[in-house]
This record gives sequence, structure tokens and C-alpha cells, in this order.
Amino acid sequence: MATTHPTEQLPDVEKLVAELVAQMRPQVTPQSCFIGIHTGGVWLAERLHAELGIEASLGTIDVSFYRDDFGSRGLHKDLHRSNLPFEVEGRNIVVVDDVLYTGRTIRAALNELFDYGRPARVDLAVLVDRGGRELPITANFVATKLSLAPAQNLQLERADDGKLSLRLAEAK
Amino acid sequence: MAYNPQLNRNGELQHLLTIEGLPRAVLTRILDTAAPFTEVAEREVKKLPLLRGKSVFNLFFENSTRTRTTFEIAAKRLSADVFNLNISTSSTSKGETLLDTVDNLCAMQADMFVVRHASSGAPYLIAQHLAATGRDHIHVVNAGDGRHAHPTQGLLDMYTIRHYKGDFTKLTVAIVGDVLHSRVARSQIHALHTLGVPEVRVIAPKTLLPVEVSKMGVHVFHDMREGLRGVDVIMMLRLQNERMSGALLPSSQEYFKYFGLTQEKLALAKPDAIVMHPGPMNRGVEIDSAVADGGQAVILPQVTFGIAVRMAVMSLLTGQSA
Repeated sequence: MATTHPTEQLPDVEKLVAELVAQMRPQVTPQSCFIGIHTGGVWLAERLHAELGIEASLGTIDVSFYRDDFGSRGLHKDLHRSNLPFEVEGRNIVVVDDVLYTGRTIRAALNELFDYGRPARVDLAVLVDRGGRELPITANFVATKLSLAPAQNLQLERADDGKLSLRLAEAK
Repeated sequence: MAYNPQLNRNGELQHLLTIEGLPRAVLTRILDTAAPFTEVAEREVKKLPLLRGKSVFNLFFENSTRTRTTFEIAAKRLSADVFNLNISTSSTSKGETLLDTVDNLCAMQADMFVVRHASSGAPYLIAQHLAATGRDHIHVVNAGDGRHAHPTQGLLDMYTIRHYKGDFTKLTVAIVGDVLHSRVARSQIHALHTLGVPEVRVIAPKTLLPVEVSKMGVHVFHDMREGLRGVDVIMMLRLQNERMSGALLPSSQEYFKYFGLTQEKLALAKPDAIVMHPGPMNRGVEIDSAVADGGQAVILPQVTFGIAVRMAVMSLLTGQSA
């Protein structure tokens, strides 16, 4: 069983989104292409995409087919179709995820991205960097940093009304 | 739960030998997994790394260029190394037994066998042999055995129906043609029942129906016009030409007259009914060209979906929660 922490202890997601938008606005042009990583990253990317007035439609990626633990854990049950509604070749791409941890998800996302073409540049935007990297990967835009124990699982949730919040669960 | 050689102790797919006896959750999982694989065909690099370093052996004891090719494409899109063994021209003709062939390929680090055999049960025999010799990491996919089963064809048909019709539980589905000799029909009937299709009809002359058809939970029609009335899905079967030489059928012209799908007969089904065929088609025998090339036919999408479904099956077999 997982135990849930009260959300009051975690930073407010609206404030984090505003912080991220402020960081990105001077750096990102409307011609950039945004890609959200399923599932939390897509929710965050939808917000950033709208607030930054990005012209190209939002892309989404499910990294399940590129995960490095496929051999030991198999495929995830809840798979999504990746959808990149723009040419990747030569574009400035911003990959968006909710939480940056080991870096393995981003490694998988980059591998998938390059199967669509050769981007001119790839940036990474995340809501939370929780440390614990196992690969040489870093984010260009980070709303906040949190220090969490390995057993703790931090993820973004979306309520029925669209409101985003962070949730911390602890593995037994 | 009864012992099922197709499932491992976690209830995950170990081999795909037949749809019969597989729970609905397993079938649904395969269909759900296939959906995102359809998108790979639209990419610049049509390859995923899931089976990188794995060796897939296509063991075709019976010729089938199309089925072998779709399995080969599926395995290659998953980055597997694929080896096609044309058995009729190799060791078996020199006297080697089926299981000796399998043992030799295991010694070459095979990870998966895709087996097509004229004898019903040949893929079972291989799966049993692998279990008996403790080689649980090697998987078997039945690509058609005798008159018994052709599970990936049945699954791709279900994927196609779900793609166009959504919910299985409100459908009336008609299977038309040579049910007697068809492993495809058997797999389709099992799959349709498991997925909750309330009415499955079989339309065929008496000579092309197995004696046990009444036990298969289907409604039998010998009059095609009657059987097609109000159906949502028409699944045509190939009339195997070799059947024509026996006493089962008078002539292909007469078969077409009574059991060939024409525009006029198709009009008896629901206006949005889809027409399916596992291929290869005999135009003018079981299906009229105007129907095969018409707006209600989904025969070519079936082929495309077949690759995604086979990719899903191979991925689910290979990647298991240890």
C-alpha cells in the first residue's frame, strides 16, 4: 500500500507553472515545437503551449517502447500513441515532463524523437527536479527543486476540472 | 484455473497457440497494445528497439508468403534479427524430426519461433517440448496449424472490428464460406465469443460446415440472403481452390451464385456494415470485385493492422514482468 502525503506540503502547481512560463518566455519562440511526455508531461505541456502562444500543434510521446527496463518489466498496461504533428527535422524542440528524476525517461524520449528526424536543438522543461540522476541529463528550465528519498514517488495529477496538483506517494 | 500452456504463472502470455481458452483480459491487452504500434508505420525510422538482439525464427513447414512476410515485417520493426527457414527445402526433407530442428535452432540462441504447419497441433508440440526441456525463455507463435487455429489472423480481425465498430457487445457478425477447412474461422469464432459479440452467424453450404458446428455457439444459415440481413460485420473466408476438385462443390460459378458476396447481397446488411477477408481473395468466387474494391471493404486495412497486432504479440511475449 502507498501512503499519500497531504498536498499542502508540496508546492502549488499554479505557481510553478507561472515560474516556468516566466523562465521560458525570453528563450522560447512561437516557432518552437513542444512535446509532452505521457502522462503528466502532456498536461504540463498543454499549459505551457497555450501560455507561450506556440504556433505548431502540441506533440506527445509515450516512451514505453524505448524504456530500458522492457526486458525485466515488460510493456506498461496503459500505452498511448505517440503523436508528433510537425516535422522534427531541423526544428527547435522543447521536451516537457512533470518530474525529472533518474533521467531514463528523457533518454528514452530522446531516442524516440530522433527516430522522427534530426532536430536543430532540444531543450528540456520540467516542473520539479528531484535529483537522483543516473544519466548525464539536465533540464534547461526547472520550476523548482525538491529533495526526496528514493522510495518516494512524486507525480503530477489532474482533477476533473483540469486543476493540476503534485502528489507524493511512498512505497511500502 | 485450468492449466493453459499459453499463460505463465503470472497469467501473462507465454506462447500464442490458439485464441481458444485465452481470457478476455488477455485478448483486450493484445488489442490495446497493438493500437500505439500502428503509428510506427508513419515515422521516418519505422523501427522500435523492443526486440533488439533477439532472434526470431520463421519456421514455415507450409508455404505462405503473405503471413510469413507480415511476421517478418513485424519482427524487423521491433529490431529483431529474423531468420526465415523454408523447411520444405531443408533438413526435414533429409529426415530430421520437427523437434530435432527445434533443438538445433535453440542451440543457435533462438528467442522465438513463428510456426506454420500443415498438421494441427505442431506448435503445441514445440511449446510442450520447450517446457519439458526447461527453455521457458523461448516463445512460440502459431502462424496457422492445419485446420486448427490461426490466432494472429483472428486477433487482427478483432482489431479491425474494434477499429471500425468500437463496442463488441452490440454487434451481429457473419462468417461466410468454407468453415470446414478454415483455421481462420475457428479462431474468429472463439475470439468473437470471448470478446462478447452477442450474435455470431455462420453462412455456408452444408458440405463446407464441420459436423460439430452446432456446438460452436453460432447461428447457422444456408441461405446467404437470410444470413446477411442486418449484420454489422461480414467476414468472408477464402474458398480453397483445391476443395473444388472434390465432391464438396459443383463449380466455382455455382458457388459464387449462392455464396459469393455481391453488392446486391451486401445491401441486405446494415448500411454501415464492413466487409473483411483474410486474403488471398478469389475474385468472382467468394467475393465480387465491386465489393472487394468498394467503400465498405476494409481488407487492406486488415493487412496493415495485422503488422501492429503481430508486433504487439511479439512484444508481450518477450517483455514480461519477471
